Amino acid sequence: MSKFRLEQRTQHSTGAAFMVPLVAVFLTLIGGSILFLFYNVSPINGFHALLIEPLSSLYGVGEVLLKMGPLLLIAQGLAIGFRANVWNIGAEGQLIVGAICAAALAIWLDGTTSPFLLPIMVVAGALGGMMWAGIAAWLRTSFNANEILVTFMLSSIALQLLYYLVSGPMRDPQGFNFPQSILFSSAATFDLLIENTRANTSLLIGLVVTFAAWIFMQRSLMGYKLIVGGTAPAAARYAGFSEKKSIWLALLIGGAAAGAAGVGEVAGPLGMLQRNISPGYGFAAIIVAFLGGLHPVGIIFSSALMALLYVGGDFARLSVGLPSAVTHILQGLLLTFYLAGAVLLKYRVRRVRTKQPNILSKAEDTS
Amino acid sequence: MMPLLELSGITRIYPAVTANDSIDLTVMPGEIHAVLGENGAGKSTLMKIIYGASSPDMGTIKWQGEALNIRNPAHARALGIGMVFQHFSLFETLTVGENISMAIEGSLSDLRTRIQDASRRFGLDVDVDARVQSLSVGERQRVEILRCLLQEPKLIIMDEPTSVLPPQGIADLFKTLKTLAADGLGILFISHKLEEIRELCDVATVLRGGKVTGHAIPREETDQSLARMMIGRDLPHTERPSSGAEKVDLLSVTNLSLQSDSSFNTALENVFLNVRRGEIIGIAGISGNGQNSLASLLSGETQLPQSLAGSIKLGDENIGHLDPAARRELGLNFIPEERLGRGAVPVHSLTDNSLLTGHGAGLATNGFRNVAAMKQFAQATIQAFDVRCGGPVAEAQSLSGGNLQKFIVGREISLKPDILIVSQPTWGVDVGAAAAIRQNLIDLSRAGTAILVISEELEELFEITDRLHVMFRGRLSQSVKTSDTDVQKVGLAMTGAFDQLSPSSELEGALDV
Repeated sequence: MSKFRLEQRTQHSTGAAFMVPLVAVFLTLIGGSILFLFYNVSPINGFHALLIEPLSSLYGVGEVLLKMGPLLLIAQGLAIGFRANVWNIGAEGQLIVGAICAAALAIWLDGTTSPFLLPIMVVAGALGGMMWAGIAAWLRTSFNANEILVTFMLSSIALQLLYYLVSGPMRDPQGFNFPQSILFSSAATFDLLIENTRANTSLLIGLVVTFAAWIFMQRSLMGYKLIVGGTAPAAARYAGFSEKKSIWLALLIGGAAAGAAGVGEVAGPLGMLQRNISPGYGFAAIIVAFLGGLHPVGIIFSSALMALLYVGGDFARLSVGLPSAVTHILQGLLLTFYLAGAVLLKYRVRRVRTKQPNILSKAEDTS
Repeated sequence: MMPLLELSGITRIYPAVTANDSIDLTVMPGEIHAVLGENGAGKSTLMKIIYGASSPDMGTIKWQGEALNIRNPAHARALGIGMVFQHFSLFETLTVGENISMAIEGSLSDLRTRIQDASRRFGLDVDVDARVQSLSVGERQRVEILRCLLQEPKLIIMDEPTSVLPPQGIADLFKTLKTLAADGLGILFISHKLEEIRELCDVATVLRGGKVTGHAIPREETDQSLARMMIGRDLPHTERPSSGAEKVDLLSVTNLSLQSDSSFNTALENVFLNVRRGEIIGIAGISGNGQNSLASLLSGETQLPQSLAGSIKLGDENIGHLDPAARRELGLNFIPEERLGRGAVPVHSLTDNSLLTGHGAGLATNGFRNVAAMKQFAQATIQAFDVRCGGPVAEAQSLSGGNLQKFIVGREISLKPDILIVSQPTWGVDVGAAAAIRQNLIDLSRAGTAILVISEELEELFEITDRLHVMFRGRLSQSVKTSDTDVQKVGLAMTGAFDQLSPSSELEGALDV
């Protein structure tokens, strides 16, 4: 028995759709303030360290751009899949496999000065990510294996594969048994985007992919087919849009983007293959995709915000002594508030006069 | 005499619509009271309120003179209000007796005699030990009614009970209902079928747009006068010029069979069918007899293996293995019975919904959407087929059922198919829109398209078709010229008596089943 019930809204306002992420950010600030008080850090100092300090120096801005690159790229790929109702949550694994493939090329062709090496590495990384996601697509289309579980478990496998390779076949022979590869040559690494920062040109891949994603989803027939398959599967069947093709495409696009993001890491700030190549970009990108409303343009802003949180977390640890877990808590708060806001955008809470089980209100219709 | 049920000022407001607007309704004991109205007039909402499944926002309910709140269906049943739903709520794997015992206290053996007594007394013939899955729809409905009666209600609500019955079953049901009423039971009978109400009911309350628009003694009214109360104007009339059908089969189905792979689709047995240019072929039958399986095989939503592709031919081409998009490319279009979610994407605009089936017809070029062409197509369809909506930008789900169906029918017609297959063209559509849709189909066929209509509504099939088949338990009868048969014969064939249909003299291809 409940005195409230959720009713579907009949009118959707575009203004409210923009408000949801903003309100979610605002509520996260409040939630974060409470959290800071538990650590005896004043919210003003805490958020100053978290959000303002990173942007007050060129180095900080560079760090934010550096983190934004992979988040932007992965989230664009994932968002396409999510809109097709294909739940690839294993971008982290696809990123690792992409990084491994690119690293293999960099190690094999070490000493080359060819300007084509880096582009080929990016392609190899994208193909590697596609292959890893393709396993999930194959299992889903052949045996109806749930892609959420498969992609997630494949992430663990990818991580173990990486551990094996960096401590065995791909280890630097002169590296004193450290689990890492040789340092990549300059032909196998991205140039810096801004001098005196670590931000590199891999960010441009993210921007190009953003534009391509926008064209694909808003203008192409294939994008339309994916969206119809995701929102009304029976309508897609009726129209003759192949469900298998949608699943393959959705997973391959996500895998390619994540794989290319992996290249950006090993051929960027790391410059080698090692055990830690991603601080969880593949998972954070899921939040980024939703926070951006699964829209290519929205994702630009959400990836920038999430990158700021990552960098801010480091600054806050150093300057006000907040633990690094704060970043993850704030990410979680942000997603929770966003999802709650998204529900309220679609439904409204109505107070009902008489008591009745909430479950009935959904089954009612007006006919 | 004290009224059994007295509603006054009942109002129920949904976000988009006032489903019930201060409705007054009084039911006396022994009275068969019709609630008449188009789909969306608010009949079902009102019944849910009476049965406790929904609560009014305003108004009072008096039961046997006492004002009260009906909290939930269990409370309603305790008061003596029973309901027989349009869609059955029986467990298929249990027997009739077991199903009934779930609703009624007492041991199964005690119940057995009570069930048998009641079934004899009310002429509701059922086998207590039969499993529900083996029963016909008519028998299932009898079980529902028996279960309801054994709870000794004082008032029974029947929500469109005849929609699942063949004509003969309807006569039986009416006899039972009259017996019950003579015993002093009040009956609320929901329907939009005017003849039935005139035959059965003592009084009628007519709803339109959530309001009571009239009271009538149905026996003293005509279909026309009741329709005027119901839709606020005269019943539209359909024009049907004679068919100039050429003797060329456009669609031919030969010995098509399908194994049932779940309880949701019915197996098909050796179906033969052909449709010619310029004619409308109808398939009559109570739903659930294989129509869905047939429709999805014809549309391509279910595809045959390559080896059987020749069971369905378009002209000389085997198409049984093709997907819907490939068949549409060859000129075969399909209109499904579910509009929202299958015929149209609910959250997409009409412009975007044009692309759903129009992507092969110039609305997409080089793999990109041609937004201008899509908008123009949607706009033209809205105008040509009188779709009432907020323009091409309106979301499909914002349209009423009838208007969305007009849009979908219009979309498929605008794509100029050679053959059009339509499933339940006017199911849940108001009378005015239904007449417009039927007229569109006739006009299209007279312009040379071959049309196959699968429908539960016999009146509709007799109004628009040139030839008729009947479907029963996965088998399809041979065809008969519509003008050579009548509702009675087709009704009997709908219960399996295919020999009742007079054979068509001009038929060459179809085999006996």
